[in-house]
Order: sequence, then C-alpha cells, then structure tokens
Amino acid sequence: MSLKLTGTLTLALLAGLASGSLSAKEWKTIRIGTEGAYAPFNFIDANGQVQGFDIEIGKALCAQLQAQCEFITQDWDGIIPALQAGKYDVILASMFITEERKKQVAFTDPYYKAAMTFVAPKEADVQDISPAALAGKVIGAQAGTTQAEYLTQLYGKSDVRLYPTQEAVNLDLASGRLDLQMGDALPLLMWTRTTDDGKCCQTVGEMVTDPKYVGDGVGMAVRLSDDDLRQQLNQALAAIIADGTYQKINAQYFPINIYTMK
Amino acid sequence: MDSLQHYGAQLLAGAGLTLKLTLGGYLLAALLALPLALLLYRRPRLLTPLARLYVSFFRGTPLLGQLFLLYYGAGQFRPELQALGLWGLLRDPFNCALLTFSLNSAAYQAAILLGGLQGVKAGEMEAARAYGFRPVQLYRLILLPNAYRIAFPALGNELILLLKGGAVASIVTLLDLMGQTRRLFSQTFDFTVYCYAALGYLVITSSLVWLWHRLERRLMRHLQPAAPPPTQRLALSH
Amino acid sequence: MNWQLLSWGPTGWGDELVAGLGITLALALATLPVGLLLGSLSCLLWFRGGPARWLARAYTTLIRGTPELLTLFLVYNGVAMLLNRLLSREHGDFVSLSPFVAGVISLGLVLGGYAAEVLRGAYQSLEFGPREAGLALGMRRYQVLLLIELRPLLQLALPGLGNLWLNLVKDTALVSVIALNDLMRMGTVAVGATRQPFFFYLTVCFIYWGVCMASEWGLARLQLGCRPGGRQGVQPGGHA
Repeated sequence: MSLKLTGTLTLALLAGLASGSLSAKEWKTIRIGTEGAYAPFNFIDANGQVQGFDIEIGKALCAQLQAQCEFITQDWDGIIPALQAGKYDVILASMFITEERKKQVAFTDPYYKAAMTFVAPKEADVQDISPAALAGKVIGAQAGTTQAEYLTQLYGKSDVRLYPTQEAVNLDLASGRLDLQMGDALPLLMWTRTTDDGKCCQTVGEMVTDPKYVGDGVGMAVRLSDDDLRQQLNQALAAIIADGTYQKINAQYFPINIYTMK
Repeated sequence: MDSLQHYGAQLLAGAGLTLKLTLGGYLLAALLALPLALLLYRRPRLLTPLARLYVSFFRGTPLLGQLFLLYYGAGQFRPELQALGLWGLLRDPFNCALLTFSLNSAAYQAAILLGGLQGVKAGEMEAARAYGFRPVQLYRLILLPNAYRIAFPALGNELILLLKGGAVASIVTLLDLMGQTRRLFSQTFDFTVYCYAALGYLVITSSLVWLWHRLERRLMRHLQPAAPPPTQRLALSH
Repeated sequence: MNWQLLSWGPTGWGDELVAGLGITLALALATLPVGLLLGSLSCLLWFRGGPARWLARAYTTLIRGTPELLTLFLVYNGVAMLLNRLLSREHGDFVSLSPFVAGVISLGLVLGGYAAEVLRGAYQSLEFGPREAGLALGMRRYQVLLLIELRPLLQLALPGLGNLWLNLVKDTALVSVIALNDLMRMGTVAVGATRQPFFFYLTVCFIYWGVCMASEWGLARLQLGCRPGGRQGVQPGGHA
C-alpha cells in the first residue's frame, strides 16, 4: 500500500446489479495472468498448480461468463507488459488500483478492499482508537507506507515510531515495546490469527478504508482497448457477490469479509 | 530558504538528540574504557583474555549489528529482563542505543588508551618510583595523566567517529538528526533535506573538533614540562 | 540454541547467511578499487595546490564530517532523483540505482575520503633523497612517483589502508538498510521468519568478526611481506 494512492472514490455499488443475461460471445476463452507468489491470494502448490483466493475468484467469474479459463503465471515486474503484449487478457493478481497503473491498463471494479488496521496486545483492551484516546501511546508502523503517513498526520500527540520493515514492527509489538501498531489489514489479520507470536495481539477498532489513504482497492486489469471485457468482468463480479459465491470463497481463506473489510 | 524554516525546528530537535546520544555514550564509554585499558595494560592472568575478547568483538563487528543484537535481543528476553527489573530500561530505544554506543566506544577508547599507557616513557615511571611514589600515586599522578595526554587526539577522533556511526540510531526508530532527515525526506521527497542534514552534521563535527583543540591546548599547557611533547594535530580523521 | 536454524536447505538459514556473506564480500571488494582511486585522485589534487587543493580538502572534510549512512541515502535516493530531474524523465523509464551500485558509490566515496588522508600522510613522511636523486637524473615527476616512490609509499600507507578495509567491511552492513541482501539483511530476514533476533544477530556479528580477524591476519602477512627496506609505518589511531 505504499504505492501512489488516489483521492477518487470509484467503489461501485454493486449489490443488486446481477443479471442473468450476460453474453460472452466474444470471450469464449479468457486467459488470466497471475503472479503465483503472493499467498494466500495466488501461489503455486506442491503439484505446480496455481491456487488461492484470486484463482478461485477467477474460476467463479469464468463460470459466470460461461467462458474457458486459462491461468498463466508471470513475474510481478513483467506482469503489465505481458498483458499488453497479449500473453493473457486479464491480470488477476491482487493488484492495487493506482493512478500510475491506470495510465497503462484499465481496471475493473475492486474485488476486494484495501484497509489499514490498528493492532494492540490483547490484555491492553484498547477500545477507542481516536487520536485523543491514543495520545501519549507508542504506535509503530513501517516507514514509507500509507499508514506511516496516516499516523504522522492524524496522531501527532502519540509517540509514532517508524520501522524499516513490517516484521520489525511485529517484533516490537510482540515484545511489548509498542502499545499499538498500524498496518495493512489482511497481513495483520493473518499474523494475529495464525502465527505464534501474533497471538499476543488483536486488531482493534474499525478498519481505515478511506480511499484518501488506502486508494480504491484491488482490481483486475485489462488492456485499455478491451472495455467490453472489463464491463463483462464487472457484471460477473457483481453476480457472484449477489449469489453468494464470492462469500463462500472468501470464507475459505479469510476470517472477515474482505469485500467490505467488516 | 523556505524549506529551511520548514525543516529547521525538526532538524534542530534531531541534532539535540544526536548530541545527547553521542556525548552520553562517549562519557559512559570513557568510564568503562579506563578499567578495560588497565586490564589490557597490567595483564592479570584471569581477566585479560576476557578484556581482549571484549575489545576485539566490539571493534570487529558492525555497530548496526551490535545495536540490533541489543535492541531486538532484549525484546526477545522480555520476561527474563522483567524479572531482573531491566526491561523498563531496555524498552526505550534511546537507552538501547545509548548502551550500545557506550559498549562499542569503550572498546575503541580502551584500545586507544592502551596505546597511551604503553607510550608513557619508562624513564618517567622510574623517576617517580625513585622519588618513593606509591603505586596509587604513580598511576594517578604520572601514568594516567601522561597516557591521556598521549591519547588525547585519538580520543577526539573516536568522538567524531561515534557521532557519525551513531546515525544508525535512526534505524531503531530514534528521531536523531538522521532519523528526522529520513522522516522528512519520506514525506516530501525533497532532496535539500539531505543537504541540510549534511550541513548540520558538518557544523556539529567541526564544533567538536574546534572544542577538542581548545581543550587539548589547555590540558597540554597545564601538564607540559619545559619540552612540549609532539602532539598530533587533530583533524577529522582516523 | 537450536543449531538447526543454521542448517542448509529450506528449513535452515545457513545457506541464506552464506549467500549474504558473499554479497557483503562482493560489495566490499567492488568498493575497494573505487575508493582507492578516489583517494589517490583526491591526494594528487591536494598536492597540486591552489584551487585543486581546496577541492580535495572540501571532499575529505565533507566525507569525514558526515555519517556514512547519510552518504548512502544521499546517493541512493538523491542521485537517482537528481538524474531523473536533469533528464526530465517524469514518467516511465526512470533511472534508478540498484542498492549494490548505490553501495559501491557511497562506500567508495567514504573510503576515498579517508584513503586520501592516509596516502597524504604517507607521502609526506617519505624521504626526500630518492625523489631528488630521480629528478636530478632527469626523470619526470610522474616517473619519480611511479618508479621510485610508489613502493615505499604503499608500504607506509598499508597499515592505514588496512584499517580502512576493516572499516569498509563493517560499513557494508549499512547497505542492508536499502534492501541489499547482504549478510546483515539476511540476518534480519531470518529474524523476521524465526523470531530469534538474539541468535541470528549474534551469529551475524560472529561472521563479521571472523571476516575482520581473517583480514587482520592477511594484512599482517602482507605487511611482513613488504617490510624489507621499508620503515615502520605510521601507526593510525581510531577505529580499527
């Protein structure tokens, strides 16, 4: 989330937009490019198959569009050039929607939200995360990230400490040197719920989803010329959210709804 | 110049912390360096290897590694440290950095001081013994003042090097001059921040060098017999 | 202590740390010639006198008065930024320095600043006799320097330069901060994965210690090797 973020809100209100009359004439096969190195969103299992949340969403979308799906892995640096070169038609790889990238590719509506969250030790029982309530508290974050900017701007009365890596922040929260930390919601959720040293701590308060800070979320990318495909994907996304397919996939991977971050 | 007004207060605050860390660490190190140097000089059988290992380790490893070892290592042993009542001290990154700098600089200062002790002329010691000086007097009045006098320029260099090396404190979140600089740069991407920081460090180091010169001259005049010893000129150098 | 943490392969960190050590040594070895070249140039400028000396003095004062870490950030973030601005490359096609190159440049600048002083000190303590003899024989100044004075100069400078090498090895650790996968950085990565900071940072420190001791041993041999005919070198104080 340290990427350049936008101030525009383009979160589409998708509920209720589902329609059964999608035509997928032009796109009988959709070739999907993904990275395969960003667990649990997309990764390669021991059998060499791509797996993960992104992949499941892709399969559901293809089913919705009645199209054949083909997954192609591509390293992150080359993922946009390969799209433009026609190696595949869609990037489905947990890509954040940014102004920079919008110049090169067209994004669908976000299929999950970006969010930041506070994390505090369980025994501290933090309820109120307003700047006034956290005055004087020691709060850590990774330097150069959106959350660092957010804390510096809004939490001037707290002792904000910036670390070179997220792992360093986690270490110091677990050791008790920090009262709270702020970071990307999903990695921190996984940290607090699935790791030994993260057990000390829990997410507290509402997540920060203000696009002013976290951008528009994560979307699929197509070539700028393929607006028809983009629209079909948007409709299919709305459909799998409306019929509950999305939520089922979500529940396999994450303890919260990552579409709403609630 | 707008940007200087904008950054000035924060950089100044950073410079204050840098000075506190450097001078604090240096003085604590000086206290520790004296017994270390004497151990290396007198070579009692039991403790000398330990002192040697200490000096070799701290001079042979990066300051950044030592700081990480103490800072994150302390975090790992929190329950044990709490039982000893030390966690309160080591929880604060300032104390961690101060302690690391003290331990590190003590090794360098001890090595410099050992050179000073070994440089004291045997003749002066013999003369003092001939006058019936007792060992304590010999150390207090002859050996140590002479050793410090010989070591003085090198000890000044060590102060400057500690100041420069101490910029790693910013990596464990401290907002010293380096830390403030990095923070300001990450907010503004303004290249001039680095230039102001370089200027700030230059001013501090030059002032310290100037001060050390004055001190050196004063100390030497007081201690000097008729023939002045050839004192090295202290510059910003090794 | 769990020694399996240092084993080879996917479960241990031994192979990663060794790879990191490789990068650390590569960085130090790549920096050495750059720094010595800069140091020699600066030293030559100093002896030219006039504005050239002024330039050399400004360079060494700047290097010795500012932290290595600042030089590193200045080069890594600043230089790339300046280049982009100069070439007015606002979009795409950005010039950026790799951490390794930034490390070589900044540590080279630092090494050069100190090496200039060591070389100058060594040159100033050379005896006049051979130089004058050479000039009297009609040799050019550079011939005197290369054919007569270079060898004793290096002998005199060796202890000081040796110290600078040890400093260089330790200073490479700073480059871990800009994400070069050197020894220090691999230690940090291992700490992130295993939550064993004490064990891994101690291991990393021991490895640096080993490199320094090996270097000291090698330098002592080198010094013995070129002792004949040379005088006792200037003993440098300060950081070993």
